[in-house]
Amino acid sequence: MLLEKLINATGISSREKEIRDLIREEIKDNVDEIYTDKMGNLIACKGKEKDGQKVMLAAHMDEVGLMITEITSDGLLKFQSVGGIDKRVLVSKPVLVGEDKMAGVIGAKAIHLQKKSERDKPIDFDNLYIDIGVNSKKEAEKYVELGDVAVFSSEYEELGNGRVIGKAFDDRVGCSIIAELTEYDFDMPVYYVFTVQEEVGLRGAGVAAFDIAPDIALVLEGTTAADVPENKEHRYSTSVGKGPALTLMDRTVIADKNILTGLIEVAEDNGIDYQFRRTDVGGNDAGAISLSREGVPSAVISLPCRYIHSPLSLIDLDDYSKMSRLVKLYLERLARKGI
Amino acid sequence: MLEILERVTAGFGPAGQEENIRELIKTEIEDYVDELKVDNMGNLIAIKKGNGEGQKIMLAAHMDEIGIMVTHIDDDGFLRFTTVGGVNPKHLINRNFVFEDGTVGTVGVEKLDSYKDLKLDKLFLDIGAADKEKAKEVVGIGDVAVYQKKFNNNGQRVISNSLDDRAGCAVLISLLKEMDDSINDIYAVFTVQEEVGTRGAGPAAFGIEPDLALAVDVTGTGDTPEAHTMDVKLGKGAAIKVMDRGSIAHPGIKNMLAELAEENEISYQYEVLEFGATDARAIQLSRGGVPSGTLSIPTRYIHSPSEMLDMEDLKDCKDLLVNFVKCENLAKVYKK
Repeated sequence: MLLEKLINATGISSREKEIRDLIREEIKDNVDEIYTDKMGNLIACKGKEKDGQKVMLAAHMDEVGLMITEITSDGLLKFQSVGGIDKRVLVSKPVLVGEDKMAGVIGAKAIHLQKKSERDKPIDFDNLYIDIGVNSKKEAEKYVELGDVAVFSSEYEELGNGRVIGKAFDDRVGCSIIAELTEYDFDMPVYYVFTVQEEVGLRGAGVAAFDIAPDIALVLEGTTAADVPENKEHRYSTSVGKGPALTLMDRTVIADKNILTGLIEVAEDNGIDYQFRRTDVGGNDAGAISLSREGVPSAVISLPCRYIHSPLSLIDLDDYSKMSRLVKLYLERLARKGI
Repeated sequence: MLEILERVTAGFGPAGQEENIRELIKTEIEDYVDELKVDNMGNLIAIKKGNGEGQKIMLAAHMDEIGIMVTHIDDDGFLRFTTVGGVNPKHLINRNFVFEDGTVGTVGVEKLDSYKDLKLDKLFLDIGAADKEKAKEVVGIGDVAVYQKKFNNNGQRVISNSLDDRAGCAVLISLLKEMDDSINDIYAVFTVQEEVGTRGAGPAAFGIEPDLALAVDVTGTGDTPEAHTMDVKLGKGAAIKVMDRGSIAHPGIKNMLAELAEENEISYQYEVLEFGATDARAIQLSRGGVPSGTLSIPTRYIHSPSEMLDMEDLKDCKDLLVNFVKCENLAKVYKK
């Protein structure tokens, strides 16, 4: 299954090659044209010569991770985060460092050595390090250079009840759905875009959109679900198992009303569960794409993920297939009657 | 201009939902322009052609206003909401809001131990619905409401909702109505989504490719008791922006505005705003860059339901803008 392969592969912002190669291999025979632009975005298209509105489907390949910024005299690796990571999830987690994926663990001062004031707060990046089991700086430098990145080491796993865990569902679910959609033909030009550097500020998508100049854009994302104990219902954002989430507004974009109306009609006509993303925090590639050139009507469809941006997040595969079906049916409608 | 201002402040148009106010402005100006169009973003672009020997000037005033968006409806029919644009939760208790269809609600607050705990998620909107089903007959998730509309006028000063930036819209509308021929091409743009991050103006500028641009927007004042120090006063004339958080006015444009004000005996003041930004931020960075500035209307209590301006200032802004767009040597602003 493509999703599983994409989850287990790694690709921190600016180091998306492994993901890009995997997707290219998977879809190259389905599309008319496929290329990588200067930023590293993978762009495929079908039906370029067809009439109808030019659609850009976008999902980002990159995931959050860590970058090595210092090697201590003891051979421990200090790091900073690439993209937003909750520092509370870091300590004691296994990681893979550098292109050779050297195993390591995130360490911190032992609890009995911490002052009381330190124990009351999450440990800051400054007091965390990656231990790759070497004794000196010199030894560490054989394996690691400054600027190398580290990713969470975790595997895709089924929990039963259709729920699965793994890292980077944000946004490999989007990549996987778009890659699978290349198997179908739509009666309009469709661009399948796998972007870079979303997690560090939507940097790949704007460049891709400028080049493609689409008439309409759909961004497929993984988004936060907060349907957990001690949270009130009005603060859930999205709930796992209740279908794909449609964005009304976030920090970067207000969804195009015509697209949103179309998506809702398609969902309701076909009995596909959907929900609204009930928070306005966060942002995604639609922010950059919608402001490209003279503006591009854009909308975002997201898969709810619990524990997002952590070593193991959780999704419902039923949400995945509903999201995939919703996007496919919406594209068919778009080809038939436009926006 | 007072009548125009009263009409446009009454229009409904939170960021992202500018259809109503756009139609209203269209009706105001359609008989006075050569061409009208609506772009992908929803910006309304009104064109008045010059004689072909002048400059292409983009003027921008934003149509959108701040508001609140429904995010959740509970079993008892209370609505939770988030803000659209810069709305301060501390200003909201017991304020009335109105939806596009006229539905009115008032903001209530959960029990608080201290007003320091007053955060957005402690607030709810009560539209007088008995339960969830009743509420859902009237509103849905994603619906947006704005401060209930009320225009007050004492002959000199106006207290109203939405002066930010319907005051700028009123200036552009008046300009289009009374302008006769100019050598310059005027692109008067009523932009969308300024309040959520100057999103409409950039794409509009990309399409227009202007030679130079002016945003027309409100700015704060420092003339109320114990106010944050700011050298702008109500009633002291059009404010020529020097700098805010989003842009530094092109010096040529800033100086040209001041020269024209002196020549034509129009009251003006310079403005340095320590927070906020206008559409000039997005326009100036479009394509290879556009020399841009902002002409500001001094306004008190911005982003509250009761913003205040002085009609003389508004007239000064309009007069200065008329002189600017008629100016025959605008090219000297940016040509070395």
